[in-house]
Amino acid sequence: MDVELEDLSVTVAGRRLVEDLRMEVPSGTVVGLVGPNGSGKSTTLRCVYRALRPTAGRVLLGGDDVVALSPREAARRLGALTQDSHVEFDFTVAEVVTMGRSPHKNLMDPDTDQDREICAAALRRVGAAHLAGRSFLTLSGGERQRVLIARALAQQPAVLVLDEPTNHLDIRHQLEVLSLVRQAGLTVLAALHDLNLAAAACDRLYVLSGGRVVTSGAPEEVLTPEVVAEVFGVRAHVVAHPTSGAPQLIFDSPVPPTSS
Amino acid sequence: MASPPLASSPRREGLAPSGAGSSEPLPRRRPVLPLVLALVVLLVGSVVCGVALGAVSVPFPDVLRFLRAALTGGVIEPADVPQYQIVWQIRLPRVLLAVVVGAGLSAVGVASQALVRNALADPFVLGVSSGAAVGATSVITMGVFASFGIHALSVAAFLGALLATGVVYLAARSPRGLTPLRLVLTGTAMAHGFTAISTILVFFAAHGEAARSAMFWSFGSLGGATWQSLPVAAVVVVLGVGYLLVSARRLNALAMGDETAATLGVDATRMRRELFVVSAAMTGVLVAVSGAVGFVGLMLPHLTRMVVGADHRRVLAVAPLAGGCLLIWVDLAARTLVPPEELPLGVLTAAFGVPLFVVLMRRRGYVFGGR
Repeated sequence: MDVELEDLSVTVAGRRLVEDLRMEVPSGTVVGLVGPNGSGKSTTLRCVYRALRPTAGRVLLGGDDVVALSPREAARRLGALTQDSHVEFDFTVAEVVTMGRSPHKNLMDPDTDQDREICAAALRRVGAAHLAGRSFLTLSGGERQRVLIARALAQQPAVLVLDEPTNHLDIRHQLEVLSLVRQAGLTVLAALHDLNLAAAACDRLYVLSGGRVVTSGAPEEVLTPEVVAEVFGVRAHVVAHPTSGAPQLIFDSPVPPTSS
Repeated sequence: MASPPLASSPRREGLAPSGAGSSEPLPRRRPVLPLVLALVVLLVGSVVCGVALGAVSVPFPDVLRFLRAALTGGVIEPADVPQYQIVWQIRLPRVLLAVVVGAGLSAVGVASQALVRNALADPFVLGVSSGAAVGATSVITMGVFASFGIHALSVAAFLGALLATGVVYLAARSPRGLTPLRLVLTGTAMAHGFTAISTILVFFAAHGEAARSAMFWSFGSLGGATWQSLPVAAVVVVLGVGYLLVSARRLNALAMGDETAATLGVDATRMRRELFVVSAAMTGVLVAVSGAVGFVGLMLPHLTRMVVGADHRRVLAVAPLAGGCLLIWVDLAARTLVPPEELPLGVLTAAFGVPLFVVLMRRRGYVFGGR
């Protein structure tokens, strides 16, 4: 299932957070959003997973406007890892992952063996099967992140939206999470801070700055020293990854403020 | 996960039940049904005890005989009439009201904590009880609504609760809907305002007894229970608990945060509006019939979570039954400990509840609200 953003604009309290965004996430591809803090990555994703209503423009999910879909139908098509993961109650990991089944459930439907099997498979997927009985609140940041991804996978969505999925993760888990995201074969739209990880994991990148798309394309087309200097204000060298060939950045120094 | 298979083929494996390799089944919690059945039995037993025991004890066989006679239209010997009236006219409505109030407050407590996503919330966090207190105090000190006779207190309390609810709702509303923090802050601020009004009313009251009455009311009592006041409260509580039970999955989603709820197919804004109305209606009615019985609505949800975990489907099946049982015994203590006086319920819920709460909390490494 593909995702398409048509001239998406969001204005909150008179401030334009994103403006006239056009994006395409073809079915089965991994598309990354990169950009400095405040460039509109999270705002864009929030419109896609329906936490925010766009001021203008549309988000199409498999051709349908997400605003027009019922909340449950949208949740069956799209799962997301959001930034707000503050939990006030003592749920177990198994309970948190089971919540991913709720879009598939009517009012009083009980959890079936099939639901439990799907949830267990999702936890195995993220390497967190051993945590199932633990209290979610006692987990480390990285463990929580993986459990929340498992919850999104338990939704069995066709599209996965990930807001900073590698936050709080050590390098091994960053690579593991991104590789499992790629392997899941879903349509993925992810905001990523780390440009090198983004270059390695994504088929296509959109570079955002000040709420607008600066450039887009395959990582090697987009991550050039010029773009990095202009958008991120950092001088960088680009080298090819010795084995995968993905562009990797070596940072030099911040661009002096006068020249930017 | 053994090794990071970075370069392998990016094709769909799916998460179908047949899924990936070594199957480690998802641990199931102990079923909650036996506990629910045990609580139902305990509840029925407690009702019988609550009816039999009191200033005048009625033997259990007589209690059962009277109840059967009342329900099936049997005959009561003239000598039994005084005891029959104690059982049927005074104690049974009171005990049943205890069940309704205990169950309702426990359920609303759970709902309020999910509504404002705060483990410290209780049914009164939205300022409902303080508004009701203004109504009740007006009746006690100034005799307003005298035309409603003995129902004046309940009517005034309910109107006060309604008014407070409306004010809090309007004040807390924002373009982003009812956000948890705004609700808590507005409710708390309004509660202080309403309490100030009640205090002023008592302070300038013509007769000194008013202060005592107002205070007694504000700690809650089931002394006013009648067969007339019971049905409305019972219907509201049954409907409210039913609504919460069928919404239990959505409550779980809401507890994870508004954005997460959205990704799980729950419209948090709408859900919170529904919860607000249901909680306010239940609390308003309960406060009108019993005053502000404190602590039950805060303690029971946590006690229940300590035993069955945080899943709202389990919590909401257990908490109302447990709350009903608890309040029967608390009310029994209230009317028998220092006869002929009656103790305010709130005093006893705190006296029983606090130690029990601390013991359970320390025994089970229960994690409160987050950190």
